[in-house]
Amino acid sequence: MKPLFALLAALLWRGSALAADVVIKDDVGQTTRWAAPPQRIVSLLPSLTETVCELGACARLVGVDRYSNFPAAVNALPKLGGLDDTNVEMIVALKPDVVLVAPSSRVTERLQGLGLKVVTLEAKSYADVQRVLGKVGELLAVPDAPRLWRQIESGVAAAAQAMPPAAKGTLVYYEVASGPYAAGETSFMGETLIKLGARNIIPASLGPFPKINPEFVVRANPQLIMMGQRDAGGIYQRPGWDKIAAIRDKKVCIFTREQSDMLGRPGPRIAEAAQIMARCLREMSEKKP
Amino acid sequence: MISRPGPLLTLLLLLSAGLAVLGVAVGSTGFAFNWIHDDQGMVRQILWQIRLPRSLGAWTAGALLGLAGAIAQGLFRNPLADPYLLGSASGAGLGVALALAFIGMSPASSLWLDRLGLTGVAFVGTVAGVLATLLLARGVEHTLRLLLAGVVVGVVLTAATNLIMLNSPEIMRSMQAFMLGTTGLLGWNSVILMAVALVICLLVALGGSRALDALTLGEATAHSLGVRLGLVRVVMIGAFALGTGTAVAQAGMIAFVGLVAPHLVRNHCPTTHGKLLLLSACAGGVLLLAADILARWMFAPQELPVGIITAILGGSYLLWLMHRRTGRRTA
Repeated sequence: MKPLFALLAALLWRGSALAADVVIKDDVGQTTRWAAPPQRIVSLLPSLTETVCELGACARLVGVDRYSNFPAAVNALPKLGGLDDTNVEMIVALKPDVVLVAPSSRVTERLQGLGLKVVTLEAKSYADVQRVLGKVGELLAVPDAPRLWRQIESGVAAAAQAMPPAAKGTLVYYEVASGPYAAGETSFMGETLIKLGARNIIPASLGPFPKINPEFVVRANPQLIMMGQRDAGGIYQRPGWDKIAAIRDKKVCIFTREQSDMLGRPGPRIAEAAQIMARCLREMSEKKP
Repeated sequence: MISRPGPLLTLLLLLSAGLAVLGVAVGSTGFAFNWIHDDQGMVRQILWQIRLPRSLGAWTAGALLGLAGAIAQGLFRNPLADPYLLGSASGAGLGVALALAFIGMSPASSLWLDRLGLTGVAFVGTVAGVLATLLLARGVEHTLRLLLAGVVVGVVLTAATNLIMLNSPEIMRSMQAFMLGTTGLLGWNSVILMAVALVICLLVALGGSRALDALTLGEATAHSLGVRLGLVRVVMIGAFALGTGTAVAQAGMIAFVGLVAPHLVRNHCPTTHGKLLLLSACAGGVLLLAADILARWMFAPQELPVGIITAILGGSYLLWLMHRRTGRRTA
């Protein structure tokens, strides 16, 4: 009688635990189950770190990758290396309930082999940001995700709304690195540009970050150029570029490192990123050549 | 087929001229001569300010690399020597990585970097790498010591570059552009600068070509023939560093041109160093210009990094030459 009772109790307990289970199917199709929402979290991608913090769970982070730098609170956490040199030993020592990684991470199998639970999430576009926000919300068992997404969306919409008619339809060239590599319509920055009503000289058919012939830019004759500080040196001296409207009218927005971080990171700060781009478009449209 | 220096030089120069014309015709719209209906101002701008300097720049950069390769192979009597020896490439790489990582860090460094530019930093890096090698080898007396010191400097500086890239991953794409070489942004200033460097290097190298000929008989024999080895080495390494540094600064670390150009010449016509140096420069120019045209033509308006094409083109041509020769010999 006694063993039977114990079994029954065990079954009951198991049943109640199932009700509180957290089950997540990640972006590589792996389903993972937790008996309770994870309390110790390691994030190995800056945008995922930002997402966790945006959902109010910054305190649950116990370690982040080397490149996570926002919000400032994460800088005090143990840094666990980058994509290719992740510090597996330190991650295991931190005893996380879950490790959040990008699909390109090489440590997933190693960590799983060591008995850790890994969730792979990919964020490349606006739609990804929404999905990842929802998934992380489910994982953390916080109900804020939909509300936060609406907030982000309205932030982007507000930035687009505030664009003066003169700035709408501005033809833009966004350079991500010298070479030159451009941000196309399908890139994350390109998506923001579209939402703001600007036009990109790089069509979707060329892919997200094509290396283009500089002559293509001269031919396309953009009215505005956006680029990071790092590659901006000599932009006005490039051969043949003086005929480009943006160069001739000095309509070049040069973003600081922090701004570039924000503009290129598909995370919860996309509204701020949109505002940075909107400000650039606005100010340059008011600027007299 | 062409086994004498005279005809080979004529052929290479004709090829260069032909490729230059082709280079002006190929751009972001692919191969096209039908500009008549386009906006004339734009056409003139693209032809004169972009395509022509770019094509000439690619040729000159290739010539500098070919010449530097021929100098290195002659000086070290080693067919595997190339322009990226003696810490030159790793020095340039480290310079560029440092510059990219520190631009925007502090106003003072930005000001300093703005004045020097990425090209200036790459040139300084190349020369510094070679100087470090000379210092570590304690002079130029021993060939092997020089080469080994160069390898050590190369490994250490490359490690430092990787460390910087690890800490600022956002410079990765710009670094990749530098490592694979870019001819896209060469303007008239670059062309003039490289042409001047090419003339200086050629004159210096040709002046020392007899010493290189003597060196093929071995260091002791060369010495007994009255060659002042120390002086020759210093002067030749100077020309080598100037050539490599200028080319790398303007066009990035383009692969294989410097190694393969002298081999192409030697495979066609074994000759003395005086002619080999001149022909290697021409062969390097032809090779890089051809690669540049292919790079912008294949996927226009996108571009392939030119270094990828030089490696494939130069490598397969060298293999073909090698097998053709062995085939003939066994036949």
